Amino acid sequence: MNPIATTDLLRLYPEGFLLFSLCGLLLVDLFIAQRHRAITHWLSIVLLGMTALLVWRLDGNEALRGAAFGGMFLVDGVATVAKLFILLSSALVLVYAKPYLLPRKLFQGEFYTLSLFAVLGMMLLVSAGNLLIAYLGLELLALPLYALVALNRDNGRASEAAMKYFVLGALASGLLLFGMSLLYGASGSLDLGSIRAAAVSNSPHPWLYAVAVVFIVIGIAFKLGAVPFHMWIPDVYQGAPTAVTLFIASAPKIAGFGLAYRLLDGALDPFARDWASMLAVLALLSLVVGNVVAIAQTNFKRMLGYSTISHVGFLLLGFIAHTPDGYGSALFYAITYALTATAAFGLIILLSRSGFEAEEITDFSGLNQRNPWYALLMLLVMASFAGVPLLVGFLAKLQVLKAVIGANLVWLAIAAGVLAVVGAFYYLRVIKVMYFDEPTEPGALVLPKDLPFRLVLSANALALLGLGVFGGPLLSWCLRAAAGG
Amino acid sequence: MSHHLLSWLIWLPVLGAVLTAAAGNAHASRARWIALGTALATFVLSLLVLQGYAPGVAGMQLDENTPWIGVIGLNYHLAVDGIAVALILLTSFTTVLTLIGAWGAVSDRVHQYFASFLLLEAFMLGVFCARDALLFYVFFEAMLIPMFLIIGIWGGPRRVYATLKFFLYTFFGSIFMLVGLIYLYVQTGSFDLDYLAQYPLSGREQFWLFLSFLIAFAVKVPMFPVHTWLPDAHVEAPTGGSVILAAIMLKIGGYGFLRFSLPITPDASHDLAWLVIALSLIAVVYIGFVALVQTDMKKLIAYSSISHMGFVTLGVFVATWLARDAAGGAAANDVARLALQGAMIQMISHGFISAAMFSCVGVLYERVHSRMIKDYGGVANTMPWFAALMVFFSMANSGLPGTSGFVGEFMVILATFQARPVLAATAAITLIIGAAYTLWLVKRVIFGAVANHHVAELKDISARETLVLTGFALATLVVGVWPAPLVNLMDGSIGEVLQQLLRVKI
Repeated sequence: MNPIATTDLLRLYPEGFLLFSLCGLLLVDLFIAQRHRAITHWLSIVLLGMTALLVWRLDGNEALRGAAFGGMFLVDGVATVAKLFILLSSALVLVYAKPYLLPRKLFQGEFYTLSLFAVLGMMLLVSAGNLLIAYLGLELLALPLYALVALNRDNGRASEAAMKYFVLGALASGLLLFGMSLLYGASGSLDLGSIRAAAVSNSPHPWLYAVAVVFIVIGIAFKLGAVPFHMWIPDVYQGAPTAVTLFIASAPKIAGFGLAYRLLDGALDPFARDWASMLAVLALLSLVVGNVVAIAQTNFKRMLGYSTISHVGFLLLGFIAHTPDGYGSALFYAITYALTATAAFGLIILLSRSGFEAEEITDFSGLNQRNPWYALLMLLVMASFAGVPLLVGFLAKLQVLKAVIGANLVWLAIAAGVLAVVGAFYYLRVIKVMYFDEPTEPGALVLPKDLPFRLVLSANALALLGLGVFGGPLLSWCLRAAAGG
Repeated sequence: MSHHLLSWLIWLPVLGAVLTAAAGNAHASRARWIALGTALATFVLSLLVLQGYAPGVAGMQLDENTPWIGVIGLNYHLAVDGIAVALILLTSFTTVLTLIGAWGAVSDRVHQYFASFLLLEAFMLGVFCARDALLFYVFFEAMLIPMFLIIGIWGGPRRVYATLKFFLYTFFGSIFMLVGLIYLYVQTGSFDLDYLAQYPLSGREQFWLFLSFLIAFAVKVPMFPVHTWLPDAHVEAPTGGSVILAAIMLKIGGYGFLRFSLPITPDASHDLAWLVIALSLIAVVYIGFVALVQTDMKKLIAYSSISHMGFVTLGVFVATWLARDAAGGAAANDVARLALQGAMIQMISHGFISAAMFSCVGVLYERVHSRMIKDYGGVANTMPWFAALMVFFSMANSGLPGTSGFVGEFMVILATFQARPVLAATAAITLIIGAAYTLWLVKRVIFGAVANHHVAELKDISARETLVLTGFALATLVVGVWPAPLVNLMDGSIGEVLQQLLRVKI
């Protein structure tokens, strides 16, 4: 065993910092009285910010790019972009969660430590250069999430959701692990790069690889929630406390992209033809089921769950081209989806009060008359989901369609486009409820007093417009990152 | 400023919309004045565009071109030719009159109502100025949101159904165009319309691209099988919404054919012209008969719009036949030019006339709160000034010589006659049907004895309403009596469209 090089440790610096300060936070939180719990809240956000700063600094240092610990841990463009936006969207989640948790007596240190551990898992996942690290990161992400869903332990629906999430998540992990073990058996290595090299040179076990690819694709589809492995999404989205749904819907999608990118591109690129055709089927099914079933929903969170499924379909379309451009498009899609989802759930939290969950779509009736500003923000969010130009959702869809058409799959692009129109229907219905219907409750909207929450939420929703108009640099950053720049 | 005249033209209404919305619900009258001021300023800017445009000089003018989102190939490329200038003038002029007409039409959320119109104006002007295919698409789609809100918030009882139908039809149609445009980008590496017009494409590619454009623009015009959203949208929309929809938004479909189908897929436009011409004739004749049996005034005018827009598509695609088939050379080319000019004049003229007709119905609706023909009768007795104007517009709508309605239709029929006399005869039937449904409408609403106490209590039009209606009347008369300036403005550009059409790309 070689002695650990300093550069290796430096490459792991942001994750190390987060881990140690997180353990510190865990201890500090024990000594904080409930009425001072806001300290934990702000400390967590500061930690995320400092970690992001470290990731940023690391990216600036050319010498530290590359693999650490013999290929275990990768520092490259995709990892940096993904980590920065995982940290950003997680920070947004923490800001939005507070006004939800506080009146429900869920404002506890556990929420913060569990969330931060999940963030650490996501950071490891997107940097994984080895099957073990990928699995480690995935589980470090998943376990805190199971617990978070059950955070409100007296709520039957939440407990049910947690149970479903746990069982299906464990099943998915099992499938993925099985695929990994086959891959190890076939190639004799856990290192993603070595697996890729071994798969290219004539393997004596082509069928072993084929089975491994199937299991790994299924595992990824489970984690992302692609049809037909999507069953957990609607129940978990609806059952979990909104603050937790908000978390599940945002950053983990970027991490899910990372998982798929590392395994499919990093290790299984020689089998791209096989997995691309599987992903095409999964993507198409997700678009159909997600968009069509969402129309029938009356519960807002459940509807957004099905909407997630359809967006996962779009995200997977980016992989089908298996070109750097396609991966870059998918990364951009995941990032913009995460930012749009945080804004959407943030607005749901804004409308919820103590003892009242704004979960039904009809709870948004006449919002334009009760508070035109937040109705406008929700309009921007919904229009972005639907892919209306000038909003970032359009840019993301356009870029993915470009990758698909570039791969000569015009029919798939047309199908995706038509299904996006079907999707537009239920986003428009939310706008309809807010703008065309009379309010069910009289008077102006009672806003939470939390000023940072309201300011950040407004900035978040307006950023969707800003990125739609001036999103070029972010998009080219994603494309450069995927191209290895 | 002169270098960014078109940008000012587009972004000034956006700024005005933000200010209008910021005025708040409590300050309705402030919002109205801000909106009207912005619309007037935009109209002045459009006159500056007219002044800055030199009809004698070939090519696009007032060019602005900077990369917007470089990685996806989107350029902020604006420029105008005579066709665009004419439509820009129509847009800014109609918006001013629409805002004046809408002054007291809504009492609820006035600031949002006026802001939506300004936003709509900005995006429509953007469509007419865009020289980048993706930029065109961005504006084309973005305008759906304000219109969606206008119909949905301030519309009639079935407004939700109508506005969703409107949005989804257009969105659905344009997706195919988007896929077509991305395909073109992947092939050529550019969204620039000038470049795409030069780029050679195989017959098969042109066929599919033409169909993708056709779906998008046929929904917008709207053409025969996909027209059903229009009557619903018109009936439910508030007056202002109907006016903008009929006067400008429908023109964007016709404009799209001239900007996309003819230059990018000239061979397919020629080979598939029979399809569009057949659909246009169905619209002209069959929809005319449909209009005849309507009992709702707005629905009648909506169907009459579809029928009249049929002349636009007929003119455009008859021109493709004339330009290419006739070996007659210069003479046939002149006829083709006549067809395109007729189509353009029909667009402008229909803009004024349909806007005026919807405004007239709005005037009645504000007083009686009914759009049904049977609720009226003998309006001339109580509203003589109004009756005079409405009769005038009805005459124009049925194509009376001396009004703009005559000029465009006559030119298109004349050109069609040179190509296929039978088709011209079919299209000419509309002169009878059009006169029938319009005059019968006038007879039942305006003339006769006073039908009921609502009509007996009617007050004649106010100064504001007179201003709006006479504005449209003057425009109709000017174009009808003296179309030469309008023709001269567009002539050079129409010649260029013909040149693009003659370029064999296969």
